[in-house]
Amino acid sequence: MRGDLARDLEVREVQNLDLGFAEAVAKAGAEKVNLCIQCGACSASCPVGTRSALRTRQVIRRVQLGFRNEVLSHKSLWLCTTCSTCTQRCPRDVNPMETLISVRSLLVEEGYVPPTVRDALEGVFKYGNPWGISRSKRSDWAKDLKVKFVSEGEKTGLLYFVGCAASYDPRAQKVARALVTNLHASGTDFAVLGEKESCCGNEIYALGEKGLFGVLAEENLSLLDRYGVTEIVTTSPHCFNAFKNRYGRKNLAVRHYTQYLADLIDRGRLRFPKKVEKTVTFQDPCYLGKHNDVYDEPRKIIESIPGVRFLELPMSGKRSVCCEGGGGRMWVDVPGERASENRVKEAITMGAEIVAVACPFCLLTFEDAVKTTGNEGRIQVMDLNEIIAKAL
Amino acid sequence: MIIRRGETLLAKAALVIGGGIAGIQSALDLADQGFKVYLVEKNPSIGGKMAQLDKTFPTLDCAACIMTPKMVDAGRHPNIELLAYSEVHDVKRDGDVFKVNIVRKPRYVDETKCTGCGVCAQHCPVEAPNEFDEMLGLRKAIYVPFPQAVPLIYTIDKESCIDCGLCEKVCQTKAVDRQQQPREVEVEVGAIIVSTGFDLFDAREKEEYGYGIYPNVITGLTLERLLSASGPTGGHIVRPSDGKIPRSVSFVQCVGSRDERSGNLYCSRVCCMYATKEAILLKEHVPEIDETIFYMDIRAYGKGFEEFYQRAKQEFGINYIRGRVAEITEDPRTQNLLLIVENTETGEILEHEADMVVLSTGFVAPRDEGLAKMLPVPVGDDGFLVASNLKTDPVTTEIEGVFIAGTVEGPKDIPDTVIQASAAAMKASSFLID
Repeated sequence: MRGDLARDLEVREVQNLDLGFAEAVAKAGAEKVNLCIQCGACSASCPVGTRSALRTRQVIRRVQLGFRNEVLSHKSLWLCTTCSTCTQRCPRDVNPMETLISVRSLLVEEGYVPPTVRDALEGVFKYGNPWGISRSKRSDWAKDLKVKFVSEGEKTGLLYFVGCAASYDPRAQKVARALVTNLHASGTDFAVLGEKESCCGNEIYALGEKGLFGVLAEENLSLLDRYGVTEIVTTSPHCFNAFKNRYGRKNLAVRHYTQYLADLIDRGRLRFPKKVEKTVTFQDPCYLGKHNDVYDEPRKIIESIPGVRFLELPMSGKRSVCCEGGGGRMWVDVPGERASENRVKEAITMGAEIVAVACPFCLLTFEDAVKTTGNEGRIQVMDLNEIIAKAL
Repeated sequence: MIIRRGETLLAKAALVIGGGIAGIQSALDLADQGFKVYLVEKNPSIGGKMAQLDKTFPTLDCAACIMTPKMVDAGRHPNIELLAYSEVHDVKRDGDVFKVNIVRKPRYVDETKCTGCGVCAQHCPVEAPNEFDEMLGLRKAIYVPFPQAVPLIYTIDKESCIDCGLCEKVCQTKAVDRQQQPREVEVEVGAIIVSTGFDLFDAREKEEYGYGIYPNVITGLTLERLLSASGPTGGHIVRPSDGKIPRSVSFVQCVGSRDERSGNLYCSRVCCMYATKEAILLKEHVPEIDETIFYMDIRAYGKGFEEFYQRAKQEFGINYIRGRVAEITEDPRTQNLLLIVENTETGEILEHEADMVVLSTGFVAPRDEGLAKMLPVPVGDDGFLVASNLKTDPVTTEIEGVFIAGTVEGPKDIPDTVIQASAAAMKASSFLID
């Protein structure tokens, strides 16, 4: 560290230091940034840092020292996937992930945002989704399905919060459709918000646009109130996380679909008459596992499908590796290999025929990875909902 | 027991709970002054964690060589009544004395008859992992934990025993008593010294290091047993997966210490030095070995510690890299380990390969808080017992007549433990004479 600091001090003029910078970052949400002891656990636990210029520890050090211009001009800040591995392993509970998000929020405030991120933010602002597609198309995925929409004056009970990816992305739409099939098969009554649903804002928060996030949270919460929603189930672990941990409303009964379906299986309401004779492995979504400690339910679902042979990836559960789809990374492209490519190779080596996922972002990044590694036809990427639907 | 001459009360007895180096020192200091001491130890032998160590820092004294004479002294001191394989079940204050109920757990061997000859163990057909060797080696179902055990009395581990009765048949002194029952003992004492020690942090809690998953990730205490000439390998350094001599070993510091994620904010105070010591000893066993210690800070604060650390670097060529290891993975083909760590002095992310990894696990307070509640001595947020005043009254507790010594009060090394144990004996002695 001494060498690092000395080098920093040699090459910079001291008058360029912004001595209030650490406080500004702390105020933006990284309260403990000054407690960092520079051990480097964050840098080395980062799934992106090992392959790029992102050095979380160094960002934190430069924040502490007041190297404002240098920190804010560092493009690697947009590489963070907010997988939270650094935060899980930080011995001083500094929350390095939240520190990076706070630095991003200063960048957003000043308008220093990569064009692709700007487009995503604009899309959410104008149309309620990061792809900037019209609201009127938000429920196209459900066209020929018998899905109930919320209506005024009628208590909704269970709300299925679809989320942007499952609403608009053609591949992820299939997951939403499979979930509807599965819920119907169990005789569960539910409704969706349709065109009124706005982006949950989880990725918007992670990109540092906390103002816009606040607007989205308010919109979604007021919809819940208006339609008497008492319980929510989500497709995406990202939406699940936003409702559960970021909206600041206690007693919101929100569950990820893996939790909901595992419970239905437990209570005997979801039964599998058909066999799925496949070797399956599972990618833990960061926002389900590391962020929210949900590890058992997806495994429970897989293991209760008859015929499935389940294998754990070499790194799984709390040691799982991010697919690099989160934290806004759907809108920040990075040249070179992605972590999901390595995961796909591992899955094939193990002899898995299906990589099961439980997050639309994992689904998309893994499918990409199957193609970019030239493994099309050798392994399938399926959401758990799709595997369940096959067993019905 | 209260010592009387005729009607005249001479002195009260003392109780020392825990027979590690702290308890042994306190008991010896009191007994040498002429006081009667009951020394209670829950395991079959006294000796505690120090007895498991190979050598001690920073002098590299053989632990057994400096420990065993004290154990033997305590075992045969006329003023010490050793109650090994026993636990304190109840403490009641009665005026200026404590009435203490001690349960003597059944060894299924009569202490008064066993001569420690070991014929029973030779014939015993059952083998079980040896706790004293950190589960590396094997012992019989009738066993002494280690050859220098005090008292040298065999114990049957009923969990492993198949009740074949061979030990009973071969015992010359008819000491084996498979029907033995727990026995309660009541003693009356004027002072109690608590020296029940510490547990090591369970490294499985830090799943990123793969302890319990990868066979070649071991703890520092396991390495002590590998280094020890009386250990399971006779002092040969081999790695668990294939019995090969490791050519490269990495140490990971602060495992469960200075770590909010584990809930342990404190420094365990011995790991920097024990890793340094073990690295030096490894180098002496395998001169061509390549060793790296990954650390957050090196805390070489004690007498001779800094010199020891400098010697390790300069004389023994041990590498020290500043960086907290983020993750350890295994190469499934070689079962070598890959440590992912940022060298914080260069900013470089290293993927450092090693044949074997040693986790420097820190101290935690024993999980059983029953004794503290019974006495009742205040317990700190970290689980360790609290002294009346950390600076001016470091061995006295809020409970009159109850004193604390050694690591039950907080992590410390052997010299500090012995100092505190002697201090506790001194303080306790004033409660033994009216």
